[in-house]
Parts: sequence; C-alpha cells; structure tokens
Amino acid sequence: MTRIAAGLVAALLAIAGFADTGPRQPGRVPLPVVKIEKGEACVAPVAEMRRDHMKMLFHQRDRTMREGVRTTRFSLKNCIECHASAKTGSVLGEEGFCSSCHAYASVKIDCFECHTPMRQARTAGALR
Amino acid sequence: MASVQYREIEGRSAGFYGLLGVLALVITAGLAAAWTMEHHGHVITGMTNRIVWGTPHVFAVFLIVAASGALNVASVASVFGRDLYKPLARLSGLLAVALLAGGLAVLVLDLGRPERLVVAMTHYNFKSIFAWNIFLYTGFFAVVALYLWTMFERRMNGYTARAGVLAFLWRLVLTTGTGSIFGFLVAREPYDSALLAPLFIVMSFSFGTAAFVLVLMAACRWSGRPLGDALLARLGNLLGIFVAAVLYFVAVHHLTNLYIARRLDLERFLLVEGGVYTALFWIGQVLAGSVVPLVLVFAVRTRAALAAAAACVIAGGLAQVYVIIVGGQAYPQQIFPGKDVSSSFFDGAVASYAPSLPEVALGAGGVALALALTVLGLKLLPFLPRSLADAGPAKA
Amino acid sequence: MTPERRAFLGWGAAAAAGAALAPGLRLVELALARSPEEASSALERWGLLIDAEKCADCDACVTACHQENGVTAHGRPATDAQWIRKASLRDRSTGRVQTLPLLCQHCEHAPCVDVCPTGASFRRADGIVLVDKHTCIGCRYCVMACPFGARSFLHEPVTGQKPDVPRGKGTVESCTLCVHRVDRGLTPACVEACNRDGKGAMAFGDLNDAAGELARRLRAEPSSALRADLALNPGVRYQHL
Repeated sequence: MTRIAAGLVAALLAIAGFADTGPRQPGRVPLPVVKIEKGEACVAPVAEMRRDHMKMLFHQRDRTMREGVRTTRFSLKNCIECHASAKTGSVLGEEGFCSSCHAYASVKIDCFECHTPMRQARTAGALR
Repeated sequence: MASVQYREIEGRSAGFYGLLGVLALVITAGLAAAWTMEHHGHVITGMTNRIVWGTPHVFAVFLIVAASGALNVASVASVFGRDLYKPLARLSGLLAVALLAGGLAVLVLDLGRPERLVVAMTHYNFKSIFAWNIFLYTGFFAVVALYLWTMFERRMNGYTARAGVLAFLWRLVLTTGTGSIFGFLVAREPYDSALLAPLFIVMSFSFGTAAFVLVLMAACRWSGRPLGDALLARLGNLLGIFVAAVLYFVAVHHLTNLYIARRLDLERFLLVEGGVYTALFWIGQVLAGSVVPLVLVFAVRTRAALAAAAACVIAGGLAQVYVIIVGGQAYPQQIFPGKDVSSSFFDGAVASYAPSLPEVALGAGGVALALALTVLGLKLLPFLPRSLADAGPAKA
Repeated sequence: MTPERRAFLGWGAAAAAGAALAPGLRLVELALARSPEEASSALERWGLLIDAEKCADCDACVTACHQENGVTAHGRPATDAQWIRKASLRDRSTGRVQTLPLLCQHCEHAPCVDVCPTGASFRRADGIVLVDKHTCIGCRYCVMACPFGARSFLHEPVTGQKPDVPRGKGTVESCTLCVHRVDRGLTPACVEACNRDGKGAMAFGDLNDAAGELARRLRAEPSSALRADLALNPGVRYQHL
C-alpha cells in the first residue's frame, strides 16, 4: 500500500516537473495593464494603494454595510468610477484594472460575484 | 478477564480493493455533484426557495445523528461499565468519527458559498444554535480522538472511563444541538417544539446502533473473524429498545399536535393527505423503521434477522429525516390563520419537490466517505479484535 | 414696466418654479436625509404602514422593487428571487377577499438574525434587517427561520447588478427597505410606486417620530402585525387586515 502511494506521488511530481520545462516566458501570463484614464491622483498614494487597498475595502465595506456610512473615498463604487476602462466601462475583462493585476498575481477576486464591475451609467435628471 | 487482542484487518484481497474502488467511485460522483452545484448554482438541483434544505441535508443530518449514536456502544462500555461491550469500543469510536466526517462533508459542500468555510469558522453569532453546532462538531472529533487514544495507548487505559464520560456528555449536547436546529424554528409548525431535541437523541441511539451492528457484522465476516451470537443478541436488544423509544417520542409528538386545534391541518397533511410524505411516514418510518425491526429483534431473534432489522432501521431513519426536513418545508407556513392564501411565491400551497441527481450523488458521496474512512481505519490501526466469539460461561 | 407689473411677474415666476419643482422635492425628505459620514442610529426606526383595504389588484410595488434592485426573473418561479409579492387572501368562513403586499417585515426580534451562524443576517441600528453578503455562507438557515418566507436564495449566477444593490449566487437576500434610497432621504421604491401608480396603500416613515405620519396613524387607527403571536415587533404594520 505504501509502495503504491509512494509511486503515485513520484509519478505526479515527475509529470509536473516535465510539464514545466523550457525557458521562463514572460508572456505566458500577460503583465498587468494599468491604464489610468481618469483623475489626477488616487485617494491615497500609489504604493499604499497597491499594498493596502484590500484592507481599505474590507474596512469600508463593514462601515457601509453595518453602520450605513456611505462616504465615497474608499467605497468600491468610487474605485470603479475612476478605474473602469473607458472602452468597456468595466474593471474586469479585457484590460480590466482589477482583473489584469489579479490574474497576474493569481489572486481570485470575490467582490464581483455580487458587485457590478461596471461604471455607473449617468442618466440625465435621475436621482441615482 | 483475558485481555482482548486487536489487530488491523489484512486488507489485501480483491474484495477489499473492490470495496474501496466502489466507495471511491461514489465519493468521486459526490465531489462532481458538489462542483457542478457550486459552479452552476443550486438551480440544477431540486431545491427551491420553498424547499431550501433537500436530499443532501437528509443524508447529512442522518449521518450526523447516526455518528453521535454510533459512539453509544463505547459509552455503554466505558461510562456504564458493561465489560461485554469493551472490545467494541474502538470500532465504535472509529465509526462515530467517520460518520460525522461524511455528514459534515455533505453539509459543507452543499453551502451556497462553500469556499467561505473559513468565514464560518471565524465569524460567530452565538445566539445561533448552528454556530454552537460548528463548535460541537469539530470538538467531537477532538474528544473522540482523545477517547480513542486512551484506549490505544496502554499507559492511558486508566483514563478511558473519564474520556468516555466526556465523549458521552459531548455527544448528548451535540445531538441536542442538532435537534434544536429544527426545534428552535418558531416560524414553522412542523418544528417549533422542545421535543425535537430529545427525539433526536433517541434517534441517534437507534440509527447509530443499527449502523454499528451492520458495520460490525460486515467487518467480522469479511475479515474472517468470529463474532459471537450472545454479543449480537445483546446488541439486538439494545437496538430494539432504542427503536421503541423513537416510536414513543414520535407518537407523543403527533398525539400532542392532534390535540392542538391549529395544528390539525398539519397533522392531516403529514398523516393522511401528504402524498409521498404520508407514505414515507407510515410505510417507511413506522412500518419499516419501527414495527418490522421490533418484530425481527424481539420475536425472530436470528443473526440474519438482526442484520435485516438494522437495515430496516436505517431505511426507516432516512424516511423519518426526509419527512422531518422536506415534509416540514413542504407544508405551507401559516401566516394568515383562517385564510386561504395564494401568491407568486407559492404561499399557502404545498411545495413540490423531487430529489435531483446532484443531490442524491452528494448525499451518497457522504455515506461512501464515511464507509471508506471506516475501512481505511480498520486497515491502518487495530480497531477490531481478532475474535469476538462468545466467552465460555466462566468468563464475563 | 411699472413696479406692480414687475412684482407680479416676479411672483408669477417664483410660483411657476415652485409648482415645477415641488413634486420632486418634499420637505419631509430633506428632513430625513442623512449626511454620508453619519452612521445610522437607533433614534430612528424605519417602518411601513400598509392599508390592505386600499391595496388593489395591481402589482406596481413588485415591479418597482424588482426594477430598482435589479431582481431579474429567469422564468423559473420556484427558484427566482422575489423580494416582495402580492398575496391574495380569502377568509375561509366569511369568504371575504383581500390582497396585500408581503415582504420582509424588518422585525425587531428577527428570527433570521437569531439563527444566522455567521451573523451575516443582521439588524441595523435604525431597524432595517439586512444580509451582509460578505459573510453569508449560503446555508439557508435564515430562509427556514423566517415566518414570512421573505428570504430568497440565489440559485443562479447573477449579472447586471445595480451599483447600489450587490447580489450574488450562493447568498441569501431579501427586501432591504431600499436602504440605499433611505440613506439618501428617499422612500422605498415600492412605496413610491404605490403612491404614483397604485392606490396609495403604502406609507413609509420613522416609527420613532411621534409627530410623523406612521406614528400618528398607528395611534389613531387600528393596525396589526403579521404573526403577532410570535411577538417579533415588526417594522411593517398592516391596517384593515
């Protein structure tokens, strides 16, 4: 029994090893496309945003959800307002601001299971 | 008393690998079902907004309740000091852990967001009996592991009784918690009762002992180890008593409901007009699950009769849990007493439900997981005595 | 132009502007509006008062709610979410027929809040009962616990969500009392639609405001809560039931 298990593990490692031969190609996973199309600066310095944007979103979401505080600085809707692609209107998909970095870093985004990734459409006169 | 010799099963025969192979296939089917349910959403199942807990929950609750009861044999040995059952205590512990693992796997994989299990284990609302159950279930694994360790480790054998008491009390609280998941539902007339907690306790005694008897008989026969008639007869008596206790609680529950005018509609639905639920109640739960096993155990009294009785108890138990969980949801909620209600959300109407393939596969996968863990446990560690033949008249 | 005529034209213009703006601007909404930094507080308790007698056979409330919140039907009524529905009642002994909207009752002692294992189902300080989809694991225990069948489980992937109303597969949802509108000082979509297109059977307001419409009417006229026997103290009350 142990011999079979050991053999299986060895086989798996071998297959994984052989499948990964060849020189590392930078183009295998597309590098993130960070296109800033709106606004002069983000709500916080870029280095801080890169490092801590999830912490800010987690904190803000509880304040909005549980307490009803709807300040815009760290709200997801506000992020999307600036960062949605001018072409697609979304932060996901082709050259999506959120998706291209997250795909590169292989970190799954959970937000857009529920939240719309689209920039809000402005209809004249509507109180939205 | 001569010391009992335990040994792992050999586990090298074609039958052994065949059994594991079949179980692995069923587990794979369960995993595939869970994956498609998570990917496409529960729309591919038979569950709806009226019947949110369906076949997976029937299997899961059955397995969890049986898990708690499977430990009963060990408790009778360690807590109540019946030496006759001591050689069975290790297998009892193994089966308890395996059944619970199977039940929990089904429950977790059926969640709408199963990847949020970490959230469930880090965010607690302590007013919810469900939250308490998460602690009770995970704690059960630890407590039974400790209990088993005191049995396996010779130097800890002196502590087995104390560990046994802890395990016994823990599973009483656990099963009370499981019954209270339904008992605390004030909104629904089929539930909303303090009686459900003790009902689940006696159900656990009954289902757990039946599962244990079948696993014990199969393990001994397929590994060629003797199993005494007297021991089996005692187990059969235990099973019979527990089956009778379940019948008593069910009778009291329904008789009380019949006395309450506002519950008459509910009782008419469950006992007479409920279609599949009425059939499952009378033929599945009462006839096959209670009356037939009682006759087999107390009147017929053979080994084959005991095996058949245990199988009937399990079938009847599944029927009972199905009536409780699905039948309880199918009955419309009484929001406006004295009025006929209809709406686009199926208010006032008996909800229709049919088990779907993904649900059955997931539930069966849980059962297979429990059995596979038991088989692997028997192979890896000495859970089963070399012989359970009846001792001579001089010995206990 | 003589001063009198100038004054007349001035007043006339002001009156015309007022008449044009007034339907979209109610002073009571200005009073209810909360600034974005302010948290909701227990000083307010939002509620609805529904007059079952005025409620007609229309479903303006249902259409408006589902439109506002992006609740799309997939043609599968057993699994499609419904945040509000019209119920038809017929008294078994008298034969009297009524309709009324059924929705989340925003109970003070909500069973759904009690049973949620992760605390995702919660009651905000101002009385609105919500589901925090960030913590919801989709166990559906709250759907079992709700006496009114108000909760829906999302059985299919969701797309095209409204920006203010996140909804996702595998979580549970129900009427939010249009919390995104209430926080901006507006009324829920169902109430607005009933007053605009229906028979004006629904009223929204602050139950804690003794001088407000809801408190005044509840003091003056008989009303009832659904499943009053459960003592849940819901924020939604019905009249002429």
